[in-house]
Amino acid sequence: MKKKYKISSQIRIFFFTICTIMIVSSCKKETTPSDYTKIITDGQMEAELTAPPKVPKPIGNRSAMKLKVNMEIKEQEGIMTDGVKYTYWTFGGSVPGSFIRTRVGDEVEFHLKNHPDNKLPHNIDLHAVTGPGGGASSSLVAPGHEKVFSFKVINPGLYVYHCATAPVGMHIANGMYGLILVEPEGGLPPVDKEYYVMQGDFYTQGEYGAKGLQPFDMNKAVKETPDYVVFNGKVGSLTNGNELTAKVGETVRLFVGNGGPNLVSSFHVIGEIFDNVHVEGGALINKNVQTTLIPAGGSAIVDFKVETPGNFIIVDHSIFRAFNKGALGILKVEGNENKKIYSGTIQEGIYLPEGGTIQNMPVVKTAKTAIPKRTIAEKIKIGKEIFGTTCFACHQSEGQGIPHAFPPLAKSDYLNADSKRAIKTILHGLSGEVTVNGEKFNSIMPAQNLSDDEIANVMTYIYNSWGNNKTEVTPEMVKSQR
Amino acid sequence: MRKSILIIILFLAQIPSINGQESRMVPIKEGTFVPLYGATAKKPVNVRSFYIDVYPITNSEYLSFIKKNPSFSKSKIKGIFADKSYLSYWKSDFDFGNANPKSPVANVSWFAAKKYCECQGKRLPTMDEWEYVAMADEKKIDARTKAEFNKYILSWYEKSKTYENPIGKTFQNYWGVYDMHGLVWEWTADFNSIFLSGESRKDKSQDKNLFCGAASVNATDLMDYAAFMRYAFRGSLKAQYSTRNLGFRCASTTKL
Repeated sequence: MKKKYKISSQIRIFFFTICTIMIVSSCKKETTPSDYTKIITDGQMEAELTAPPKVPKPIGNRSAMKLKVNMEIKEQEGIMTDGVKYTYWTFGGSVPGSFIRTRVGDEVEFHLKNHPDNKLPHNIDLHAVTGPGGGASSSLVAPGHEKVFSFKVINPGLYVYHCATAPVGMHIANGMYGLILVEPEGGLPPVDKEYYVMQGDFYTQGEYGAKGLQPFDMNKAVKETPDYVVFNGKVGSLTNGNELTAKVGETVRLFVGNGGPNLVSSFHVIGEIFDNVHVEGGALINKNVQTTLIPAGGSAIVDFKVETPGNFIIVDHSIFRAFNKGALGILKVEGNENKKIYSGTIQEGIYLPEGGTIQNMPVVKTAKTAIPKRTIAEKIKIGKEIFGTTCFACHQSEGQGIPHAFPPLAKSDYLNADSKRAIKTILHGLSGEVTVNGEKFNSIMPAQNLSDDEIANVMTYIYNSWGNNKTEVTPEMVKSQR
Repeated sequence: MRKSILIIILFLAQIPSINGQESRMVPIKEGTFVPLYGATAKKPVNVRSFYIDVYPITNSEYLSFIKKNPSFSKSKIKGIFADKSYLSYWKSDFDFGNANPKSPVANVSWFAAKKYCECQGKRLPTMDEWEYVAMADEKKIDARTKAEFNKYILSWYEKSKTYENPIGKTFQNYWGVYDMHGLVWEWTADFNSIFLSGESRKDKSQDKNLFCGAASVNATDLMDYAAFMRYAFRGSLKAQYSTRNLGFRCASTTKL
């Protein structure tokens, strides 16, 4: 009896060992990556390049090819936010630079052209390149010249490219970065919509919103204190009519990059959960992710299905960047509501465990610059921009507010009755019950840290929109209420 | 008669450009300074006294040079001396088209610039000489630590097409020299002696005895990013290159 048991246990151990060996060896087989360096290219084509937020057509299952990329470097003035100009250095005329789409085994013949009117030499370091400097050592190109080099893409993934000419940080800070996608064999699984979103931090001599052409500030860059943190090169690149769009039921894939130069991004879409995330742009897929970390010089591919309509706000969840420095975009989803997934508000009243004290923003003393005389039209234009970054999240794009939570500004009797009270509300905050257009609200509005000029502009915009009484608010009026 | 009038007109037209103010030189006193690159162990380099042109060479000056040396004209110049963009904005061999005669000549190769200076009995300034003169503002020999001075230089990078401006409109520096900053880049005799490879982050290998450039590791002042850009620019050039933002001026060791 005892012996029998011993034998069977030996057999068991034997089988266990065999199984283990089989599992290990089969595992080995699966994880050994294909050697993409040996893929033979078949034919030649010109790569389609797109400016953000567009991406080129999916590769699908085409065979590896010789892919010619023609990219022009342009130093050009652009708009950082309303009234603020900045001299961007660009790959292909956009920040981030043109999106490049390849598949493993492709041989990329890269033509880097430095526009003759440019002042500076540039080069390109593509993280998808296996070679010295990621191509930078072969691509330093003087203005009015062209450099050609080629490389084989041998690792699937989403990779950052950027300029690596001295001073490197400055070239990146001025917008010289973009994404190159290397699709696996057979391509990525098809989705309905694909977009290109890339974060970057910008350092200007004036503080956020200071008007005019703003030069780059190396001191702030070294200290890593950006004035702007934005998607796709500027404030409002994905809002104010530039929203990304999708329809209920569609799948959306975002190719997300972070050009830096300094900050890492806590990438998040408010009201969505990423079904799949290619962590760090590589082959590892994580599922059901709320916020994914994207390092400077790194990326992520995220995809998700949109089940309900509405505006889904894209942010860096290092959240002050979103609401105070510009890292805010919108995915606008249209279609029928799905009450099973999201009911809309069904509860009334607000629970305030901290009590009703007014929250204060720290007041930063900044050098006062003279406020220029502005026409109403200018005020409205500037005010709209401020509204978009400061007020819009609560009061909504058309000032409609959110029922039971945030009062409407559109055709608001509360607002139109007393402009002094409205100014005070922005300056000092407001808490407790108010009645607006017959509906009671009991929430907290924190005091806003805006300048007299900014408050005058945003209020003039609000008063001149959505059926309000067209009051013009001046900086002096704001000052007298401080 | 008509011919002689034409000759007189041509002659009159050329007087101010050939022997006028433009080719004037000023003396630069001997001195030492620590350049961003090239000074081993951050020791200062010595710059012996020399003379330098007050202004960069203009289109009209260059035209008269070409008339005397047609082998350096747009169509005749040998391929090894200049690439295809040589004088690309000129209309033809002896016509700079719509360009301002008083604007700096650009799209000139190093070989052509060198030849030009030699024909005047001069030479191109060395990089140390050029940087030495360029570190002066209106009042100080070395203004590199002044924030305003650096701001001025950097603001130039944000202005486009400054090559269309005439010479002498920027500030006159301590030495009486104009346009070191704010107009065009300028060739120097040894523009490629500091070698920033295209990959500026790795230029720290110690085996480059001649090429001691390193975009960050070996630089004397990491915040002098205006100078970084000048060195990077020079590093991107080859002697036959010519670009729209690049001109030159001449220097001389002795008084001419």
